[in-house]
Amino acid sequence: MARLSFAARLHGGAAALLLAVGLYWGLLAVPADAFQGEVQRIMYLHVPSVSTAYLAILVTFCASILYLWKRDLRIDAVAHSSAEIGVVFLGITLATGAIWGKPTWGVWWTWDARLTVTAIVFTMYVGYLMVRAFAEEPQAGARYGAVLAVLGLPAIILNHFAVQWWRTLHQPSSLIRPGGPSVAPVILWPLVFNIVAMLVLYSYFLLERVRLERIRHRAAESRLKRGRRG
Amino acid sequence: MKGRRLKYLVAGGIVVAALVGMIYSGVKESVVYFYTPSELTQKKDSVEGKSLRVGGMVVDGSLKWDPQALLLTFQLTDGQGVVIVRHKGTAPDLFKEGAGAVVEGTWTRDGYFRSSNIMAKHSEEYKPPVHPETLESKKELFKSILKEGKP
Repeated sequence: MARLSFAARLHGGAAALLLAVGLYWGLLAVPADAFQGEVQRIMYLHVPSVSTAYLAILVTFCASILYLWKRDLRIDAVAHSSAEIGVVFLGITLATGAIWGKPTWGVWWTWDARLTVTAIVFTMYVGYLMVRAFAEEPQAGARYGAVLAVLGLPAIILNHFAVQWWRTLHQPSSLIRPGGPSVAPVILWPLVFNIVAMLVLYSYFLLERVRLERIRHRAAESRLKRGRRG
Repeated sequence: MKGRRLKYLVAGGIVVAALVGMIYSGVKESVVYFYTPSELTQKKDSVEGKSLRVGGMVVDGSLKWDPQALLLTFQLTDGQGVVIVRHKGTAPDLFKEGAGAVVEGTWTRDGYFRSSNIMAKHSEEYKPPVHPETLESKKELFKSILKEGKP
């Protein structure tokens, strides 16, 4: 196994440290919400996870459009890697959402617009990974995936506004809303800090995953060469 | 050749437009996640026996618990209409008078909503426990939970 470079280790270490500080801040240091009580603290995982998932989907969207234009597999590696990380964080979002929903709403799940669209987006990106896994030609897989990933941006915009356009059980947005955040500063700051920490973790995952893709690509090429010689 | 291609394009466009229209109208009907109490009181005869959701604020002083029958009775309002709800069993912790709730069940002939599931709704506001709730903040909560004027 190739050893991580010093910069990569520093990057991963910084992400871990930031998350540790952020979670201590949110889970232990500040008071919980007056109405919901202690269970509100799962917000410090739920919101950073969904923010990260949205960024991952956005990166996949941009890289996919760039790939369709340039047809460069190195750009596709960014799209594919980001989609993989996006699926993980969407999964964490759904799980922490259910865990938050049971003690507050009284149900793990309900088919309101926000939850339904989130489930559809999750299924879409699981589908993306399946398309990538089943494609026999790298170029073909990249092309099918890129076409699917173009739906990513409309999907997250729809999901953001789902709680505003329709009646839902899920509450409207607390952060990105007209009139500014509806979160008291003492809760807002650790929340923003945890979002930043999670995004640093995402950037670490993305760089390492892209590096892995490059190694795989090189391995496949050298196998091909050996095959030709033998 | 060009004319033929145009014909296909026009035909395809019509099919796609029809599909989008159908999906849009279908979605518009089904995205009504819950009815407000005033909507339900308007259409109660047509929805009798159908399973649906009603959402509103729990009316202050309307909540009654009968421990013998395990029956929870309360009223939901959107500021105009009021619906009487009966529920067998308990409610989530955050379900309380003056707070938002969505109930699943059916409208009955006897003039009340028979609930099979209570869901407590909370607002998008988060604050530490210090300052007492003002009337103004309650009004804001009311607005954000009901989303007045939205489908």
